[in-house]
Formats: sequence, structure tokens, C-alpha cells
Amino acid sequence: METLERIIAEHPFFTGLESEYTTLLVGCASNVRFDRGVYVFKEGEEANAFYLIRAGKVALEIFPAQSKPIMVATLGEGEILGWSWLLPPYHWRLHAHAIEPTRAIALDGKCLRAKCEQNHDLGYEMLKRFAQIMSKRLEATLYQLLDVYAVGR
Amino acid sequence: MTTAATNDVMLPQPYSVRQVIKETSDTFTLTLESSNGAGGCRFHPGQFSMLWVFGVGELPISISGDAAERDRLTYTVRSVGHATQTLVSREVGQPVGVRGPFGTGWPVEAAEGRDVLVVAGGIGLAPLRPVIYEVLHNREKYGRLLVLYGARSPHDLLYRKELTSWARHHDTQVLVTVDYGGLSWRGHVGVVTTLFKYARLQPTRSLAFACGPEIMMRFVARELETHGFAQKNIYLSMERNMKCAVGFCGHCQYGPHFICKDGPIFSYDRMRPLLEKYEL
Repeated sequence: METLERIIAEHPFFTGLESEYTTLLVGCASNVRFDRGVYVFKEGEEANAFYLIRAGKVALEIFPAQSKPIMVATLGEGEILGWSWLLPPYHWRLHAHAIEPTRAIALDGKCLRAKCEQNHDLGYEMLKRFAQIMSKRLEATLYQLLDVYAVGR
Repeated sequence: MTTAATNDVMLPQPYSVRQVIKETSDTFTLTLESSNGAGGCRFHPGQFSMLWVFGVGELPISISGDAAERDRLTYTVRSVGHATQTLVSREVGQPVGVRGPFGTGWPVEAAEGRDVLVVAGGIGLAPLRPVIYEVLHNREKYGRLLVLYGARSPHDLLYRKELTSWARHHDTQVLVTVDYGGLSWRGHVGVVTTLFKYARLQPTRSLAFACGPEIMMRFVARELETHGFAQKNIYLSMERNMKCAVGFCGHCQYGPHFICKDGPIFSYDRMRPLLEKYEL
């Protein structure tokens, strides 16, 4: 039987995290499932969670005005979904759409923010780890914007 | 290394078009056969030929076919200008001049006993396809084969049926992503480097071969380094304007190297200082 503590401790995002912090995280964690087609969150809604995806696939989408959504990235097994819970104003910036049946561990953002305020060492750990995710996504977005496969590149 | 079949490397040999396959809206695969038997069909994966479109011009094109097929040469060409447009418009039986093959190839022999990681972007899958054939024909010689392929959109994916069939082979992982997925696309969306986290990489016992736009290869090489690949175990296929293809004319000079003769395949430890130089 896999416990939440073990799943979190073994997730690549939390590699090397001290066990006392894992215990704190477990207090904010729950198992969640999303059927295919369900929106995990939508742009503008309050961002009060992030997700460790265990199986399935989630598309990040932008809705241009009067147009169909544009899928900008997909996230799958082992990846982190959502970092807007960490920074004010705590609103989602994109839509997250389960395009496959998806299982994840949800971490309650409000709960975690409170714990980070109380324990700045935990807060620093979280910020360092999320900064890595943000940096990777920013780099991938820049590379995507370059449109490197276009004719003449 | 396989070299040009005749002594005069500047003299094109007559070939004719045997087959033309439309891969995408602007990319075609041409199969050529020798018209007089003088032109050879042996090559090493990663080599290129100079294709003469008579009356129009000459183009350096990587060989994208199977080196085990000794009676033909196959090229995948993206139609982006007058010469390539004319080349892909050739009909079966029409002549094309061929010089070559030229250049170094992918060091597939050095990959024996190791995992082979192929990272391709856009039409960069074409020069890597012979490596994939080589590994699949000689499965016992190699470790796992990982193919990571990125394209602009689902409509721009090359060799779609083959991608599916390669994935069915033993010890082979094929991951495909697109930069822009339509609503019906259910695969990965994101640049090719985002696939690394899904690949079962073993950096210390692998060779990585990357081909695509230069900026993509820079991102790929950097990302491979962060995953633990040594620079000498990463190989890139470089591209510059070529004319003679044998190092005489200097058109393709890149720092101290001639891409046509010393390349087009180079290890990343040789290329890294040059890749970061502005306007080289």
C-alpha cells in the first residue's frame, strides 16, 4: 500500500527533501482524479493548490478572445502542475484540461502557504524547487516562441 | 568511410527518380537509382550528397534512406526555394545528378554496446533515419534505442507510419512532441527538450545524436549535459552553405572546420565554443 508520505517522498520534485518537511506536506495532501475532458482549473480562478501528476496527461490552454483554445503545453506523469498558488494574487493564469484520465496528489496551497510562513526553511525549499520549474518552463516557452522549425530559420 | 564512387568528385553521376513520396505539405522523399551503374549507392548514416537539378542548381542533401538498400539513394527534401521546388517536382524517370556521398557520418560503430539516443527536430529526422535503420537491423549490437522527435505541428511530422512501427520494436522508445497542437492532437505539446523527462535515459552508457535547427541543437546539448551526458558523447549535425562538398571552396567554413569535409557530424565538445559565437 503506497502512503501519501511515500509517494511525496519518492516524487522527483521532492528529491532530497528532509523527512520533517515531507511530514508537513502530507498534512496538506490528498489523492485526486480527473476524468478525461475535465478542467482541473481555469484561468482567473483562485489558485489554491498544485498537483503532482501520477498518471495521465493535462493540457495547459489559453483561450484567445472569440477563438478556440490554444494548447501551449502538456504535462504528464511525474510532472508538477501549477505554481500560481505560490505568488500573489493567487489566481490561475491558464486553463488546465485533463486530456487523459489523470491521477494526482493535490497539495492545498492555502495550507502550504501557512506552513511556509510559519517555517521559512520549508518556504525556502519550496521556492527553490518551484524556481527550477519556472525556469525550465520559461526556457521552453522562449524556445517555442522562436518557432525554430519555420521556413527560413 | 564511404566516399564518392568515381575519381572525379566534382562530376555528377546520372541518376533517375524511382519514387516520390509526399511527407507533408512542403516535404518530399525522393528515391533515386543509378542510370548507368557508375554511381554508387553505398553510404554511411549521416553522409550527404550534392544533388544536381540540371539547369537550376546543385543542393547538399542528407541521405535519409536505409544504408542496407544498396540499389538506391533516398533523400527527404523540404521545398523552400526554386531549386528544392524543382527537385521535389521531378517525376519518376526524370534525371538528377548526384555527387557524393560526402562528409563524416554518425559514429554508429562507437555506439555498439550502448544505448542510442536520437533527438530530432523538424526535417532533422531525415539525416537520423539511417541511424535508426542501422540500429533496428542490428538490434543485438546496441542497447536501447530512444527516439525523441519534435516538430512544429502534427501536420509537419515526417515518417508518421514509421514512427509508430519503430515504437513497436523491442527496447525502443519513441516520443513525439509538437510545438503547436491542434485541439484534436492528443500527444505531447512542447519543445523537444521537454521529452527528456519521459525518456529512460542512461547518460553514462549512451551516445546521443541530435539534428535539427542549430538553436534547437544548442538547447538539446545543454539539456543533455544537465542530465549527465558528457560533451564527447553528444553528436550534432551542422549545416552551412556548401558548394564543392570536398573542402576546396571554403563556403562552409565554420571556425577551423569545413562542414562538408570535417563534418557535418561533430561531437559537441568540438562545437560548443563555436556554437556560442555571435554571427559565426
